[in-house]
Amino acid sequence: MGPLSALLAPFQDIVQNPTFFAEVLIGGVAAGLMYSLVALGFVLIFKASGVFNFAQGVMVLFAALTLVGLMERGLPVPAALVVTALVMVALAVGIERAVLRPLVNQAPIILFMATIGLTFFLEGFGELLWGSNVKRLDVGIPDESVKVAGVLVNKLEMTAALTAGILVAALAVFFQRTRIGRALRAVADDHEAALSLGIPLKTIWVIVWAVAGLVGIVAGIMWGAKSGVQFSLSLIALKALPVLILGGFTSVPGAIVGGLIIGVGEKTAEVYWGPLVGGAIENWFAYVLALAFLLVRPQGLFGERIIERV
Amino acid sequence: MIYREAGYFKTTYAADQAVFPILQDRIFVAALLVLAFLLPPLAFSEYWLQAVLIPFLVYALAALGLNILTGYAGQLSLGTGGFMAVGAYSAFKISTAFPDLNILLVFPLAGLAAAGVGLLFGIPSLRIKGFYLAVATLAAQFFLIWLFNKVPWFVNYAPSGTISAPPRTVFGVMVTGPEATAAARYVVALGLVVVFGWVAKNLVRGRVGRAWMAIRDRDIAAEIIGVRPLRTKLLAFGISSFYCGMAGAGLVFLYLGSAETLAFDINVSFLVLFMVIIGGLGSVLGSFLGAGFIILIPIFLTNVPHWLGLPMSVALQKQLELMIFGALILFFLIVEPHGLARLWQITKEKLRRWPFPY
Repeated sequence: MGPLSALLAPFQDIVQNPTFFAEVLIGGVAAGLMYSLVALGFVLIFKASGVFNFAQGVMVLFAALTLVGLMERGLPVPAALVVTALVMVALAVGIERAVLRPLVNQAPIILFMATIGLTFFLEGFGELLWGSNVKRLDVGIPDESVKVAGVLVNKLEMTAALTAGILVAALAVFFQRTRIGRALRAVADDHEAALSLGIPLKTIWVIVWAVAGLVGIVAGIMWGAKSGVQFSLSLIALKALPVLILGGFTSVPGAIVGGLIIGVGEKTAEVYWGPLVGGAIENWFAYVLALAFLLVRPQGLFGERIIERV
Repeated sequence: MIYREAGYFKTTYAADQAVFPILQDRIFVAALLVLAFLLPPLAFSEYWLQAVLIPFLVYALAALGLNILTGYAGQLSLGTGGFMAVGAYSAFKISTAFPDLNILLVFPLAGLAAAGVGLLFGIPSLRIKGFYLAVATLAAQFFLIWLFNKVPWFVNYAPSGTISAPPRTVFGVMVTGPEATAAARYVVALGLVVVFGWVAKNLVRGRVGRAWMAIRDRDIAAEIIGVRPLRTKLLAFGISSFYCGMAGAGLVFLYLGSAETLAFDINVSFLVLFMVIIGGLGSVLGSFLGAGFIILIPIFLTNVPHWLGLPMSVALQKQLELMIFGALILFFLIVEPHGLARLWQITKEKLRRWPFPY
């Protein structure tokens, strides 16, 4: 078998076994939505403050750790959720006071570095508070599969998909229809103009970081229920980067679509073409896909800003 | 300062362009070099050489490389670990394929291999910049590590998947491999750092370095005044990767002794980026200060509870270390976003006027 036919053989497999292909696709969509949930938090903060928030992944971890920790101490699920939400809002206020305010007007790379410092701090802090062993997060969604039209579908993944959909719809309404949402968009467009209109920049930043924290709770619950609450959760932040590249840094729908493309792409590539090169291409496939995409369309699928080219 | 530049009359262009125009500076640097070559190998304990000085030198070289790319040429890179891995694995392949080759030549050769790979991954920088470029370099990081993990040829088909430094001598003294003393490895590392630090200092203040800074500050204006973006950016990627590659080779050959791809994962990229930012973007001195700071902080944090007599569990200590590390980075960014090198500059300015500030 020549190298070309080896590359093409997976297409035959796809045609011959469409059910399996559908299952791979659904697995990819589910994984992609998980990435999207993290990417959403990035987009929110980037849109409103121009800060590339590397700490989003660790915020997800922190939210999940807090939730699990509270539940282990005997709080019922709804109460634990409310307390976690309050903690995330408090965190947003703290970050604005301690990190963003002193660094206002600094270069983007400095703010980016600051969020990396924040990542280290939050990781240590979260583990200090709640311990560093892997925890199970059980919010009552069974992690089991059911057959729908002959295709195996995971209930948990379906719930995640549904949640992501609701979240995006809610955020879209929030951004387009509410007074705060309009203020957020104004700040994103032009800080100075927004300030001169009387929009309180500092309050807006707290709100954005709080909303990103709340999105982090949702992402944390989904990831935690799927693979346990552990340190590797914060690493998914890196996977959210190619998602953002594909979708564009400033687009909420872009985060979702980008996540889906990355999820489906890497799962199909891993299952069908991975064995050809020894497997484990999931680790870099997303980045190389994003790299190839960048060369063709640098602003992403839905990004508004045209990147200045040399 | 207790001395200043008053009274020096330069009569030649060469004197005008010297790196250290003041006699006292030259004496100080020369004394520092002699001291650095002689004192630690003779007087310092094995622990200090192995745990502090050798990693400091190796990481300073990597920080120098990243500072050329990010600090001088303004291209953000998160692929440092990947380029260091290229250096380490090619150094291993070269020195095992040609056992008679002088080990001192292996380091620059490994750097050249890394430079080639760096050029390849630098190509996207022609169309994209900033965070987009950072993601592109992340692709390099993950792809290269995966490649070294998957292709057994790179580790000479060793079943363990690790590469280890082969025993090699320079002038009859064992400098790499398990037999080499920490002192010998330290001297080799210091020699590399001094030579290539000197090269870097001269690169960044010459024509090439000015072209890099022009591209960094405003690429369109740079192009108009005749700096070619394509060549300049690729050169920055190539030279930066050359330094990172040598640092990677040093990491395995002079510091760790043996390593697998885990030693070059994404955390290394971040660590080196921290060094550059804390030390000072666009400063050769800053690369050294940053590397020293980042190497010393964990050692300091590990030993403080011990000195204070506080019993602490390993897990608690690890968590506190993370918190303090993160908080320190935030603190330094807030106090001085231009890094330790800028702090040093401010101190020097203040000292000029001391004790009669106006």
